[in-house]
Amino acid sequence: MTLVAGHPGPAAVPKSLVANPVLSNWVTVADDGIVAVRVGKVDLGQGILTALGQLAAEELDVGLEHIRMLPAHTDKGPDEGLTAGSMSVAESGSALRLVCANVRALFLHEAARRWQVDVAGLTTDNSYIKTSDGTRYTTYAELAGTVSLDVDVSADVATKSGDDMRVVGTSAARLDLPDKIAGRPRFISDMRLPGQLFGRVVRPPSPGSRLRDVDDSVIGQGEVRLVRDGSFLGVLGGDEAEVERAAKKLRAACSWDESPGLLPSENDLVTFLKRGPHETIPVIEESAVVDGGAGAPEGKRLRAQYSRPFLAHASIAPSCGAARWESDGRLSVWSHSQGIHRLRDAIAQALDLDVTKVSVEHVENAGCYGHNAADDAAFDAVLLARAAPTHPVQVQWSRWDELTWSPLGSAMVADADATVDDAGRILSWTYDVWSQGHTARPGYSGVPGLLAGAHLERASRYPPATDPPLPAGGGTTRNAVPIYDVGHRRITGHRQLSSPIRSSALRSLGSFLNVFAIESFMDELAAAAGRDPLEYRLAHLRDDRAREVLETAATAAGWGGDAHHDVGHGIGFARYKSKGAYCAVVAEIEAEHDIQVRKLTIAVDVGRVVNPCGVRNQIEGGATQATSWTLKERVRFDNTRITSGDWESYPILRFSEVPDIHVELVGRPDLPSVGAGEAAQGPTAAAIANAVTHAIGVRVRDMPLTRSAVVAAIESENP
Amino acid sequence: MTQAFTLTVNGQAARVTTHPDTSLLSVLRNELSLPGSRFGCGLGQCGACIVRVDGTVVPSCTTPMWSADGTSVVTVEGLADGDRLHPVQQALLDEQAAQCGFCISGIAVRAAALLESSPHPDEITVAQALEGNLCRCGVQRRIVRAVVKAGRTS
Repeated sequence: MTLVAGHPGPAAVPKSLVANPVLSNWVTVADDGIVAVRVGKVDLGQGILTALGQLAAEELDVGLEHIRMLPAHTDKGPDEGLTAGSMSVAESGSALRLVCANVRALFLHEAARRWQVDVAGLTTDNSYIKTSDGTRYTTYAELAGTVSLDVDVSADVATKSGDDMRVVGTSAARLDLPDKIAGRPRFISDMRLPGQLFGRVVRPPSPGSRLRDVDDSVIGQGEVRLVRDGSFLGVLGGDEAEVERAAKKLRAACSWDESPGLLPSENDLVTFLKRGPHETIPVIEESAVVDGGAGAPEGKRLRAQYSRPFLAHASIAPSCGAARWESDGRLSVWSHSQGIHRLRDAIAQALDLDVTKVSVEHVENAGCYGHNAADDAAFDAVLLARAAPTHPVQVQWSRWDELTWSPLGSAMVADADATVDDAGRILSWTYDVWSQGHTARPGYSGVPGLLAGAHLERASRYPPATDPPLPAGGGTTRNAVPIYDVGHRRITGHRQLSSPIRSSALRSLGSFLNVFAIESFMDELAAAAGRDPLEYRLAHLRDDRAREVLETAATAAGWGGDAHHDVGHGIGFARYKSKGAYCAVVAEIEAEHDIQVRKLTIAVDVGRVVNPCGVRNQIEGGATQATSWTLKERVRFDNTRITSGDWESYPILRFSEVPDIHVELVGRPDLPSVGAGEAAQGPTAAAIANAVTHAIGVRVRDMPLTRSAVVAAIESENP
Repeated sequence: MTQAFTLTVNGQAARVTTHPDTSLLSVLRNELSLPGSRFGCGLGQCGACIVRVDGTVVPSCTTPMWSADGTSVVTVEGLADGDRLHPVQQALLDEQAAQCGFCISGIAVRAAALLESSPHPDEITVAQALEGNLCRCGVQRRIVRAVVKAGRTS
């Protein structure tokens, strides 16, 4: 049958299959029984290829050791858009399950044809295909040569039910970790291709800089070549250490026209963010609202403002890319991009190339946590490689490049405003959030969006970041709608339409600040009513899954004790994107000197759990990273340059500062799986801030929660 | 100007010709085909490139070759005994104590060194020893558990 989107079969057709219906585009079976799987999602260190491998093994009834997960490639395998937004298990997983169920069915049919038996009497078991009485059997390997997978997927083939699953739901070990723990080559910076050259780009010192002059004699007459196009300056050669030294000399020999005063004051981001112009994003506009509207409920009114600074992705590996121009004009690119197809299209657009002549293959790098400089480094390699046709050129960014020129997670500020009745019940809720946009990925706003493009002689346009659409979760307004019953609501986003600071997607996008604000404000409302924060939330919450997750975390943490000796407890909760994972966090903190997070007790509901160890790892990691953002992180700048270019000026959480973490999985084997990667970010921040108030009685509304932020909060409460 | 250097790497004699300012990290990765030590910052701040030079734990990115001449270097590739992983590596694998795994080489080398001086460390000792290693994915607690476990079982 032909596949039609929205086919009313037993299961809806997964989105990824509408564009990529041919089975062999996803799965091939070799005559040694190895099943090669190529998905359109990529491993960013989150372990998604292991989880997807489990789903494939499950539906085929083969052991995970027979599955080979191949790297995503624009010429081979499906295009599944971006690996982002905690969508991989939901999107790629549901597609891959149906693909593999189809493959299994085709092999069963082939066996039935050979044996002249009814297919209904056949079954699969650990790579075998056999009659149910076990008298005749064959294998995937033996039939591989005669079963064609060059056919479209059928939505009528049933996938397994939860009860029949044997691989899914187990903590299968990550497929990639043996290589990484042994120190084997695995990352893009480890690539060494025949004839490979190494490149470095000498970046401008600040946004808005133009290269006035460079004394290129400093690199001498050696084998290192120089590439200059406008303010884009790079070097390449065969000896990486030599290229590195040349770049360093060249950097010292450049003079730049900078743009003093271009950047806002790092100490007054609220004014900067609220100044505009903005795009107004109406999320919810209900008839009666608090601020003077007709029919506004009578009651006590509370208001508060919350903020976060600019945050860096701060990948532990600076970005890296490689490219080779072939003699026939084709272009091969290697990148750790989250969206290789978009990157391919953006490169073609930027250089006016026929898109069919550009190929991009994914190669792993360290975790990126959103849109970092992966795509930019690939484009740098493409530009430098033009100077050395047929040679692959690998460009390695520096630590400073990564921390100052990658897109940043936008600073944000939110104003929350509510009316409550005498018992504290919320009657109305107004919420406004200001932010730069949260996506400037390749191809956004119709432009390539690759950094070097802005520095070329014929500089490309670089519009401000946009936001994903609201049905995809939004950006500025992600999780801006509280899950609680809050009466009349007016919720509005305000996206900054002009900024000198480059922003794009950072793990959880606007959700981090919005959940921090909503969950801090819930605690403030509970405190004003003299009620327990957990009881207050539950009194405003009808969603049963939400209630169970909150209660599970609270029980596991022994919720309800008094604060003593500067130790406090706080709770934070959200359902990611209002349709993803539920996550509740109880933080135990100590606020004697700096704030120390001692323990995080977390409950999470991700629907059916594909790999319990993997989900725990994602939640633990997300909560730890969110602790780092909440306590320590802040991109620094003067009015000209970003100044936090190394790990001393951009400190992140260290081993001794990492809290104990306990994760409770609330199992829902009957419900669809959703992603776990971003669920803990906002709840962790709110839980920590609420615990600080519990410990020392002070409300800190501006992140990061450093000692000076606590002192400032104390001073503002006692002027 | 280039210069010849001799050193022992993971028990094998090596001879390289390079500029004296070239980092040990670059030599390991480019001249000796040992990419397990990773480039994370080039500033000695993150620990992804940590190796042992004559037993001392150092970041190889800020170790120039002129200072490494004649030394004995152990990298992450030198931890395993043939196919048998070092107890620290085995414990990291058992605990699934990595996400992206970029930082893990330097952590494994540092933790293996710790177990030589402190064979049965507790969690606080391990965390303090790894204070100079950054992990951005947030796997620190698993790593600490793994190293403590390696100390218990070895």
